[in-house]
Amino acid sequence: MTLVSGWGRFPVVDSEVLRPRSFGAVGEAVVAGSVARGNGRAYGDAAIGVARTIGMTGFDRIRSFDPATGCIRLEAGVLLSDLIDSFGPRGFLPFVVPGTRFVSVGGAIAADVHGKNHHGEGGFGRYVDSILLRTGQGETLEISREQNSDAFFATVGGMGLTGVVLEATMRLRHVETGWIREHVISASDLDAAMRALEAGDSATYSVAWIDCVARGNDLGRSLIYLGEHARADELADGADRFPLGKTPGLAVPVDLPSMTLNRLSIRAFNELYYRMGARRAGRDHVVSLYPYFFPLDGIADWNRIYGRRGFLQHQCVIPQADARAVLADILDRVSRRGDASFLAVLKKLGHGDGLLSFPLPGYTLALDFPVRGDILNFLDEIDRIVVAAGGRIYLAKDARQSRATFEAGYGALSRFNAIRKSLDPAGNIRSKLSQRLFDEV
Amino acid sequence: MTSRMSVLVLGGSSDIGRAAARAFAEAGYDVGLAGRDAAALEPDAADLRARYGIEANTWTFDVLDTASFEGFVAGLPALPDVVISIVGLLGVQQNAESDLAHATTIMRSNYEGPSLILGLFAERFLARGSGTVVGVSSVAGDRGRASNYVYGSAKAGFSAFLSGLRARVSRGGVHVVTVKPGFVRTRMTEGMKLIGPLTVDAPVVGDAILNAVEKKVDVVYVSGKWRLVMLIIKTLPEAVFKKLKF
Ligand SMILES: Cc1cc2nc3c(=O)[nH]c(=O)nc-3n(C[C@H](O)[C@H](O)[C@H](O)COP(=O)(O)OP(=O)(O)OC[C@H]3O[C@@H](n4cnc5c(N)ncnc54)[C@H](O)[C@@H]3O)c2cc1C
Repeated sequence: MTLVSGWGRFPVVDSEVLRPRSFGAVGEAVVAGSVARGNGRAYGDAAIGVARTIGMTGFDRIRSFDPATGCIRLEAGVLLSDLIDSFGPRGFLPFVVPGTRFVSVGGAIAADVHGKNHHGEGGFGRYVDSILLRTGQGETLEISREQNSDAFFATVGGMGLTGVVLEATMRLRHVETGWIREHVISASDLDAAMRALEAGDSATYSVAWIDCVARGNDLGRSLIYLGEHARADELADGADRFPLGKTPGLAVPVDLPSMTLNRLSIRAFNELYYRMGARRAGRDHVVSLYPYFFPLDGIADWNRIYGRRGFLQHQCVIPQADARAVLADILDRVSRRGDASFLAVLKKLGHGDGLLSFPLPGYTLALDFPVRGDILNFLDEIDRIVVAAGGRIYLAKDARQSRATFEAGYGALSRFNAIRKSLDPAGNIRSKLSQRLFDEV
Repeated sequence: MTSRMSVLVLGGSSDIGRAAARAFAEAGYDVGLAGRDAAALEPDAADLRARYGIEANTWTFDVLDTASFEGFVAGLPALPDVVISIVGLLGVQQNAESDLAHATTIMRSNYEGPSLILGLFAERFLARGSGTVVGVSSVAGDRGRASNYVYGSAKAGFSAFLSGLRARVSRGGVHVVTVKPGFVRTRMTEGMKLIGPLTVDAPVVGDAILNAVEKKVDVVYVSGKWRLVMLIIKTLPEAVFKKLKF
């Protein structure tokens, strides 16, 4: 047995970790209580098997690529970083990327990850045409919107619980360059931020960084980043068409004492960040796609900043109708606590595709909290507000929500469970997350 | 026919072999992958073609079947510009201490086969007047250790073969590279206790091989720290060394 945890390093639990080398060996690795693991970027317990965790990053081959259509067939362990590095210079990028490029295709499908373009272009699963799935029962199925469509919509966003994704066929986006034309807007409070995001609906990419220690009149003050793929003629003379992503240089070498992140340091950081951003507001800049999409990837192992006890991310989505009032309430409680980190993100989402996909039309807010004190109670309190507003919590970030919160948020759960049961009657595929949130007790 | 450079990777299914093949393909080389089971290498060849738009082929090659070597080289449609041997077998030292067959396999896989096949290519390269031969040896060959001297001695023989070959063929336009990777996170070392700061991932080795070929480096310790570590280990007096437990 090995101690395993997600990116948030909480919880840390025992599971046997296997790294099969062939699809046949993947099949043999599935025993009662197994789940696939990609690159371990889910924050909580989603990628940890109750008994066994099946590491998939060794499956990193591209099967075929058609430059005429951007259609690509690949193994589930290919990382988006690898895909971007190999195909970016040839003018192709994934349609959807999350806030880190170090996720696997299998993990991106299982969480139906959203990017800064979800409001207009949907999630990762929308660009997946078919999936080769190894079910818990031992079948290997090719699934798509047309063929085994139930299994397909349960697998997209299904957190690995329908089986192991072995391969996928998906479409890449054609781009002229590896640069983004960025437009920064500074918003002095929550209303202004939400207005700017609404107005940014027509932008391909939009996201707000929100200062969650600001209070009173400043509550919700933000920097909104809109973005478009830059055309070749928008680049400065002599600029590389496709800048290369650096492997993270700076690394956090040790677990910092959790003292480092305190009210004062967070407040000071946020003040500085806001002012620097506000100075860039108004004008358009052309920036490399790497800092635009993956601002945290420049620092390896940044999760160690939160100390040995790890941290929790709380990411909720609030339906459009009440979003303004509900977000103000949540932000007010968070700012009064004052220990949420500098990473607070506000973004508009559109419809999700999979049965358990997180997105729904409305606003999503993501906050990080170090694990200490009464944080679990506090987050339960926030959950009650989310549930009352008809919202839900993102499974890929979750390590602690209650069954009740989960069941209230995910209306398609019973359909999902029926499909899961038909694919895996014996219940072989189970993760710590499914055990915590929805397996029969 | 293309005018691209070409590389032949012997032991193409290993993690380091795959990483080296990717590094060369990314730099624009056409790639040949050779291993015991050519069909099993086809997905890797397809990966290289799809990613880098180069030509990639697979060949059957067994390092223990030395009788087949002449035919293997003669059967290639063209002599590659670079040939890399990544073939090797760690084996189990404890078994090799009493099981002569196992010890023989380790010795032949790490010394006899790789030396003979690279020697053969070097002769062809000499006749042509150009080519690069790369042997992936090991820091384990720098000094025999109690815990793995069967493997280490075979690697020592291989390193000595490469350095002699280098001295002989370099004036004929042929370059010989010896690579000593140290600890690498691969299938071979899975489950072993490796020392973090001295351990690298396979792609780092792949890039180091490409760099050594292009810059004409003779001996590469993939992580520079190993050069120092091995310098210290090599210079310890035998009386002290034999008391140490590694
Ligand atoms: C800094 C950071 C920023 C992030 N930003 C975003 C964001 O903007 N948007 C967003 O949506 N998410 C975001 N995430 C979350 C991340 O995108 C998801 O958790 C993603 O699933 C991680 O992929 P992974 O390969 O690391 O998978 P893991 O973390 O290893 O696994 C995640 C889930 O996928 C399943 N899985 C993995 N591989 C397979 C497979 N082959 N077959 C079946 N199931 C599989 C696992 O069982 C698990 O349920 C972020 C995470 C980090 C650390």
